[in-house]
Formats: sequence, C-alpha cells, structure tokens
Amino acid sequence: MTPDAYIFDALRTPRGRGKASGTLYEVKPISLLTQLLQALHARNGQFPTDQVDDIVLGCVTAVGDQGADIAKTAALAAGWQDNVAGVTLNRFCASGLEAVNMAAQKVRSGWEHLVVAGGVESMSRVPMGSDGGAWALDPATNANTGFMPQGIGADLIATLAGFSRAELDEFAMHSHHKAAKAWAKGAFDRAIVPVRDANQFVILAQDETIRPDASLDSLGALKPSFADMGAMGFDGVARAKYPEVERIHHLHTPGNSSGIVDGAALLLMGSQTAASQWGLKPRAVVRATALVGTDPTIMLTGPAPAARKALAIAGLTAADIDLYEINEAFASVVLRCAHELKVPLEKINVNGGAIAMGHPLGATGAMLTGTLLDELEARDKQFGLITLCVGGGMGIATVIERV
Amino acid sequence: MTATSVQLIKHDNGIHHFVLDRPEARANLMDQQFTNDFAAATELLLASDWRGLVIRSAKDTFFAGGDLTALSQVNDDNAPAFFEMVETLKRCMRRLETAGKPVVAAINGAALGGGWEMCLFAHHRVALNRPHVKMGLPEVTLGLLPGAGGVTRTVRLLGLQTALPLLTEGKQLSPERALKAGLIHELADDQTGLIARAEAWAATHPEVSQPWDEKGYKIPGGTPSQPAVARTLPIVPAMVRAKTHGCLPAPEKILACAVEGAQVDFDTATRIESRYIVELARGQVCKNLINTFWFQLNDIKAGKSRPPQEQSTALGKVAVLGAGMMGAGIAYQCATNGIEVVLKDIDKHTANKGKEHARALLQKRIERGALSEAEAESILARIHATDIPDDLANCELVIEAVFENRELKENVTREAQTHLPDTAIIASNTSTLPITGLARAAEHADRFIGLHFFSPVEKMPLVEIIRGAQTSDATLAQAYDFVQQIRKTPIVVNDSRGFFTSRVFGTFTHEGMAMLAEGIHPALIENAAFLAGFPVGPLAVVDEVSLTLLDKVRRQTQADLRAEGQDYPHHSGEAVLDRMLELNRHGKAAGQGFYQYPAKGQKHLWPELVTHFDVQPEKITLQNAKDRLLYIMALETLRCYQAGVINTVRDANIGSIFGIGFPAWTGGALQFVNQTGLQEFLARAESLAETYGERFTPPEILINAARDNTPFSDSGASDDR
Repeated sequence: MTPDAYIFDALRTPRGRGKASGTLYEVKPISLLTQLLQALHARNGQFPTDQVDDIVLGCVTAVGDQGADIAKTAALAAGWQDNVAGVTLNRFCASGLEAVNMAAQKVRSGWEHLVVAGGVESMSRVPMGSDGGAWALDPATNANTGFMPQGIGADLIATLAGFSRAELDEFAMHSHHKAAKAWAKGAFDRAIVPVRDANQFVILAQDETIRPDASLDSLGALKPSFADMGAMGFDGVARAKYPEVERIHHLHTPGNSSGIVDGAALLLMGSQTAASQWGLKPRAVVRATALVGTDPTIMLTGPAPAARKALAIAGLTAADIDLYEINEAFASVVLRCAHELKVPLEKINVNGGAIAMGHPLGATGAMLTGTLLDELEARDKQFGLITLCVGGGMGIATVIERV
Repeated sequence: MTATSVQLIKHDNGIHHFVLDRPEARANLMDQQFTNDFAAATELLLASDWRGLVIRSAKDTFFAGGDLTALSQVNDDNAPAFFEMVETLKRCMRRLETAGKPVVAAINGAALGGGWEMCLFAHHRVALNRPHVKMGLPEVTLGLLPGAGGVTRTVRLLGLQTALPLLTEGKQLSPERALKAGLIHELADDQTGLIARAEAWAATHPEVSQPWDEKGYKIPGGTPSQPAVARTLPIVPAMVRAKTHGCLPAPEKILACAVEGAQVDFDTATRIESRYIVELARGQVCKNLINTFWFQLNDIKAGKSRPPQEQSTALGKVAVLGAGMMGAGIAYQCATNGIEVVLKDIDKHTANKGKEHARALLQKRIERGALSEAEAESILARIHATDIPDDLANCELVIEAVFENRELKENVTREAQTHLPDTAIIASNTSTLPITGLARAAEHADRFIGLHFFSPVEKMPLVEIIRGAQTSDATLAQAYDFVQQIRKTPIVVNDSRGFFTSRVFGTFTHEGMAMLAEGIHPALIENAAFLAGFPVGPLAVVDEVSLTLLDKVRRQTQADLRAEGQDYPHHSGEAVLDRMLELNRHGKAAGQGFYQYPAKGQKHLWPELVTHFDVQPEKITLQNAKDRLLYIMALETLRCYQAGVINTVRDANIGSIFGIGFPAWTGGALQFVNQTGLQEFLARAESLAETYGERFTPPEILINAARDNTPFSDSGASDDR
C-alpha cells in the first residue's frame, strides 16, 4: 500500500520588505535558512539529521547569494550531517508549494521517509528577474510565446471579469485587516521563528509590510503599476490573444498586488514509519497535489483548474474544503479563482495574504501550507486547499487533511 | 583578362585599390558573380605585397546592394547555395578586416544595404559630402535583414540601443549625419580629395584592427546578460509588434539576430546573421514586398502605365478650386514642389483659410528642423489665395476639389473653363462620381480627367488617375507626369462608379459593419483588422469618413442605378449604417459614431454597440474575421481587374496599399491572391461565400487563373524573367 505523506511541523521567518530599506536586507538568504533548519531540528529534536533523506527548497532566482544549490549549502551551514542531501527547484511562484508536493511524492513513493520541504527568497538581495532566461530576454522566444509581465495579465483578468478598481482595493484592504488581526490573536505564533543575528539579537520578529490602517482612500490614491508598459507594447500582446478586448483596464497598483519581500519557510514531512521511529506527531496528510498549464499570456488563470484537478484526485468537491489559501499575487487572481470555484470569500485567506504580508517567491507556497494547517487546527476543521498562479500560465494546488 | 566586378589595382606604395565596377551595368550589385570576383580579388591581394587597401567604385553610386531578383528567388532548393554565397562573401570581408593592414572605403555615392556593408568592414570610411551620397541599411523595408555583416557590425560599432532603430527602420543617412552618428570618419569635398584622404589614412595607419577585434573590447551599452540591457529587453519584441502588427517578420528577426549576436563572438554572430537572412529570404512576405515595393513600384515610377508616345511638360502654374482640407492639401503639395498655385474659393476668407492650412503644415516641418523659415516663406508665396475667377488665366491645369456633388462640380467646371487658357486640363478630385459624366460639363472632354487625391494629402502617397471615356492619351500622360512632379505615386484606372480605390474600400467598411450586424464584438472587428495588418479598423475608418457620407454615396448610387434601370444590391452592413443614423451617431466629426470621443483621453468604442447589435461573445474566430476583411477586398480587386476598371497588377497592388490601407505585408490586393496560392485562395473564398454570403463568390478571372495555375502578373514588367 502507498504510504501516506504527513506534515509534522511547519515554520517560517517573518517577511521583511524586499528592498534595501527592508529589515532583512542585511540578512543573507543562507542565514534565513540555517536559522530555520536549526529551529526545525530543535523543535523536533528526536530525529538525527542524518535520517533526513532530502531537503527540497523552492528558490526562484537561484543566482548570486541564492545560487549553486542553496538547499545543500544551508544543510552544511546549519551543521546538519554530511549525508543529508539538498536540492533547489524553480517552478516560479509555485516553487515553495512544489517543494511540499515533491516531498509528499517522495514519501508516497516509499523510498524516502523523512524530508524537509520549503523555500527561500531574498528579493531585496537577489532581484526578481536577475536570473535572465529565454522567455523574457530572448526576443525570438519572447515574441513567439506572447510574453507579457504578470501584472498585465492580472489587469487583463480584471478587464475580462469586469472587476472594478474599488473591488480590487477592497479585497486588498481586507487582506491587511485580516493579517493585522491574525497577528494580534497569535495566529502565526506557532510558525514564526524570529530572525536573529549572531548575538541572538532579534532583527525581525513580525511581518513588515502589513498596514492595519489600510483604507479604500489610501489604496485608491495609488497609481496603476502597469499602464505605462502596457501602452508601450504589452497591451497589444494581450489584445492579440484576447481580441474581444478593446483596451486593458490597468487597475492593479502596488496596493492591490503582492508585496516584494524577503523570507523563508520549512516543513518537516515524512511517513508513518519515520513518525513512529522518531516520535513525530502527524498533523496533516497530503491528500492530493496537482499541476496544470493554461494560456501563458494571461498567465494567472491556473489556480481554479489546478484546484479542480487536485480535488478530483482527492475525491472531494470545492464545497468540501473548509479553508483555502489562494495566493494573493494580485487581487484579481484570487477574485477570479473564487468565482470559478464558487467559493465564498469568507473561506479564503482568512489570516490575510501576500498583498498584506508579501510574496517571497520561492518560499510562499510553503508559508501558505503552514498558515493553512495552523488555522485548520485553530478552528478544528478538516480540509484545506492551497493554490497559486504560476509563471508560464501554470497552476498548482495541494489538498491537505488534518489527522 | 575577362571583365571582373572587383578589379585589383596595385600601386608602388603598396596601397592597392579594389575598384568596384560591375561589367556592363550602371551600378554595382551583390550577387554570385560579385561574390566570385570579390573572393578572387581578395586572394590576389592577400598574396601580393600590400600595405593597405582602398575600396572605391567606378560608378556614380558606390554600390547598390543585394541582387533583389536573386534574393526574391531564394527557395527551399537553392537556400543552401545562397547560405554558402553569403558566408563566402563574409569570409572575404573578415579576412580583409583581420589582416592587420588598413582597409579604407572611399564612398563616392549611395552606399545602401549590401553597399553599406561593403563599407562597414573597412577600418576607415571617407564619404563625399554630397546630398546624393546616402548611407544606411534599408533591407528591412523589403522584408530582409542586413545579412552581409550589417547587423553584426552595426551592433558592435554602436551598441544595441543605437543600432536597433537604424536596423529595424532602415533609415538612410546623409554624409553629415553619418559622421555625427559615428558611422563614417571623414568627409571629402570632391572625388580627388576622397581618394587622397583614403590613401593618406591607409598610408599613415599601417597596423590596424577593428575595435571588436581588440583585446578587452566591450559592446557599447552592454550585452543582454547585463542588467542595464536585460531590464529593457523584455518589452522590445512587444514594441516591435505594436508597429508590425505581428505581420512583418523582418523587424522581429533583426531584433533577434542583433540580440543573439551580441551574446557570442564575432564569427559566431555573423554565422547566426547568415542563417537569419536565409530564413527571411525564403519567406513569402519578403517576396511580396520585393515584388510590389521594388519591381512594381519601379515600373510605376518608370511610367509603365503611362501612354508611352506622349510628351509632356513640367507644369509651372496650376489652380485648385475649393480651399477645404483637400484643396488646401493639394495646393500645399504643388507649392512645396515648386509649382505656382491659384487657390480659389467662393470668397477670399475661405481661400485664405486654405492657405493658412498650408502654413500650419509648413510650421510643423520648421519645428521638426526639416525646413528653414525662408524656404517656408518662398513655398507659401507660391500659393495665391483668391476669389477672383480671372486669376485662373495662365493656369495649365485646374483641379476641382469642391464638395462631392455632381451639380456643384459641373457648375465649377463650366465657370472655370471660361477663364482658362484653351489648352488647360481640367481635373476633378472626385472619389466616387464617374468622370465621363462629369466631363459632359467640359467643353473639351478629351482634356478632362479624374485626379483622386487621398486625405490627408501631404501624407498619403497615392493619386488615382481616372481616365474618362473621352480622356485623351496626351491628357493622361500630362496628368501622370504632373502627379510624379508633385512627388506622388500615380495609378491609372478606367472610369466606373467608385473607380478602383473607393469601390474596394467600400467592401472593407461594409464588411466591418456586416460583422457588427451579425453580433460580432466590435473590439474583435477592430482588432482583427489591426492583426491582419490594416492601419485602422473598419468601424474607426467609417467614423473618420462619417456615416453621413456613406449614406450620401449610397443614395447617389441608388439614384444613379435607378436612372439606369438597374437594381441596387443591398449589403448586410447597411442595417448597421441605418441603425447608427437613427441613433444620431454620425461619426467623428459629429462627435459620436461607433466610437466615443471624450474631450479628455483616447477615443473608445461606444459601449452600447453591444446592446444595440446584440453582440455575443465568440461569434467568430479571429482568423475568419481577418480573412473576411482581406478576402472581400481582394475579391473586389479581382472584379475590378476582370472588368478592366484597373488594367495592371502593379496598379492594383500599389493602389490598394498606398490608397486604402491594404496590409503591406501582402504585397497588395492581387499579390495577396498570388501569395496565398491560387487554388488555396479560391477554396477559401468559396468557403467564405458559403458561410458569410454571396459577396465572397469567386469571380471568373480567379477561377480561370486557378485552373491554369497562372498567378496575376503584368506583361512587360521589369521582373519578367
């Protein structure tokens, strides 16, 4: 029989503003990871690190500080034993959740029993896009595939669905309010590992970009982010694929899009065998994982089809799911996915999301998994689903069930 | 010694010359023979005792460029040989450039395309400072890229950011601008000075290499792997497509070639460039463009549609009747080309307003730095705004540009001819009214002709010359030459309702409205036109000409047909026209039509179109919408050709592109049929007729051409081989 893949623990760093002015700018991405690895081991101290089969980490911009397999490097730097392997993967914004899914698949294969999954992204130190790539930078590929930045896709989604700026801003405002409330009631207490320096002084203990006083007025005052580049040419790329659109309404701003931040997250996952052997308590089981590809130009419509695919694998319906984490890459992405799945907004991102707390590309999926699990426990609910829109038009989803 | 196109002349001081002198030809050309001769001359030179090389031309021009006949014949079979030729040519250039000894180009005349590439591999370029000396890489305008080192060397010389506009727009530079841009190094005042300067530089620079062959060389502005370039690069393909509508491959390939070449060493870059030129030359769009914008346009310029025996004189004085937008534009065009113009209207004030329009156009050119104040004043001084009929005396040609109303036009003709010299030609700038009918008002119908200008006159390159039943050969010849005198492109059509351009244009606007009548989304209609390569969508264009005008033309046609005892063929697009008129939406001038025209911001489609015409999503595929617009115009062109309204393929092609916005990538409305494949076009037309109506039914001439597999072409055309 296929062994079940369990989640034993989930933790993350607070997220710092992903700029030189951000608090985590001074912290190397390797340090974010070593502290989390050490904390993970300290919290689940019964397992010898040499029993970990692999460390699977999402990292989107794996160059410079984050280059050269930072997962294995972090294991060494954290003092874990030499025979622990590590791998980094890049599935764009889904990298963190892909790490969770891959860890689950490793465990379900029966060949590995104890796996660390997670991700890291220091967007202040390794800027998004600095790894180049043919999709954007090779003109022939760019033109043939209808390359367009995600933001234009988000605006196109809003245009097609007829979302208004006020609707998007309202969603964004709620993200901030929910996140502030979640912090206040301690919803993240179990997961958060403050980032410290070598003296053990705390550098950052809380997510840095939440605005508890966000209002429709303050959000409404922000300028659209993608109007200029749209007018320079990208709107034409969108119209060539969506010819019934006369013009793209550029409604997304820094306020209703995900924040650029630094952060890392880890989960300890494994089989019943590992649980029994090392006294680890299974908190949830991974019921299904799924990937889809959709139109790469609009790019961000993958979550609903990915969720449906995962639900079918799990033998569940959208209504069976108690809580959703739909990554707040852009407000329109979540609203569209909610419409498509016919899920009420009350079930979605109940503790806020990336609009308030930021989207550290390689780590986000792992963070969302931990957040969802903590909240299912807090509410004593059973099923949760995590989904993200992904570069290239991909979508990813994971269904977890508390055990 | 047999004649060679590259002659090696040795000098005692070791500064030898390559004299470019294609045997029995007016200009030097880059073809297989040239490649062989260039390779042989290079071998001879390198085997000799030489200290430097001056490359010069024995022709009036330096070098004309690639052999377009051969380029347009590159196909799947001969592509490998073409690739080999390009590579051989470039190997020679490279050997000369890397031999360590000075190579100097002495540029005595135009050096364009391949001709400019013959200069780019030189270490030093001296150009004669004369206006006829133009330099640049116009390959892109014919669907090609500079494949003889032009992309590679321009990028390495100037950097991506500066090189790309030159390469993708095909700009031609004067010697002074080329000097400023760093493309040439020295100017010379005369031929002797040119050679002396070239030789002197070679003599004083015994050891040289190109900047890109020097140690530590970096491409100016950086390579795509550097953040400064990487940040801007992702949007460039989208910017190119905004201009090409995704229909023209050459600018995209040039961009790709430049960027890919910038990431590798010179020799690899130049090989990548060769692969790209072969790919473009094999493609159909390049063949379409060369066919129409080179061979056919040259034939038009050479007067192939003009009666050959007739002499004509350059006109010194013309009159324009009616000083509205059109009349004022024609007056401006004449005056800027040195012709005295009497611009007459019913009162002095209106006539002056027409002259003011010309002044405003000149002012814009002054602001752009294209014209001096003094030049503008002398042009304006040629326009005589008047309301006095006697001022028409001495005018050799009068162009009537009053409102499109038969009675008014006839009255104006009658009045004008009483004041004109007996030899004068009267031309009507009508867009629809048959010329033979209008000629009845003229005393000398043989000297009456149609000159259909397009709006705005100063921008639109075409003039449609309409020959009435009684128009003489002499009148036609004079009109043809006059059109060229004012630097417009003439096509010649025979008289009929709507002539050629208005008739075909009408099928475009009505097809757009027919689609809306079917409940197709108006944005899709407009986007389909854009993506098919049209400059503007059918609904936008109807707004521009106004729905009122379409209605007037329709009523006039109905009345005329009734008078002739014929039936008026109803078009399904007319229901939209009627409904829009009912809704009081008359077009742009009226402030509202298919579009809204807000005081601030851009125009946009009227949202209520969706309800008034019961618009449903996904009523048609994008491809079908594009094809409906392209095919209906091509089919109407075929009908015009069949009926003898238009007599030549070149006039049909050029007229459709220059006059009514048929997409340039097709090579024109008849070349579109050829390039699609006759059988394929026929089959597609039949299927469109089945789905969308009888107006797509293929005419006899197409059925016959497809049966005989004979593409549409002109006899005696210069590309006949």
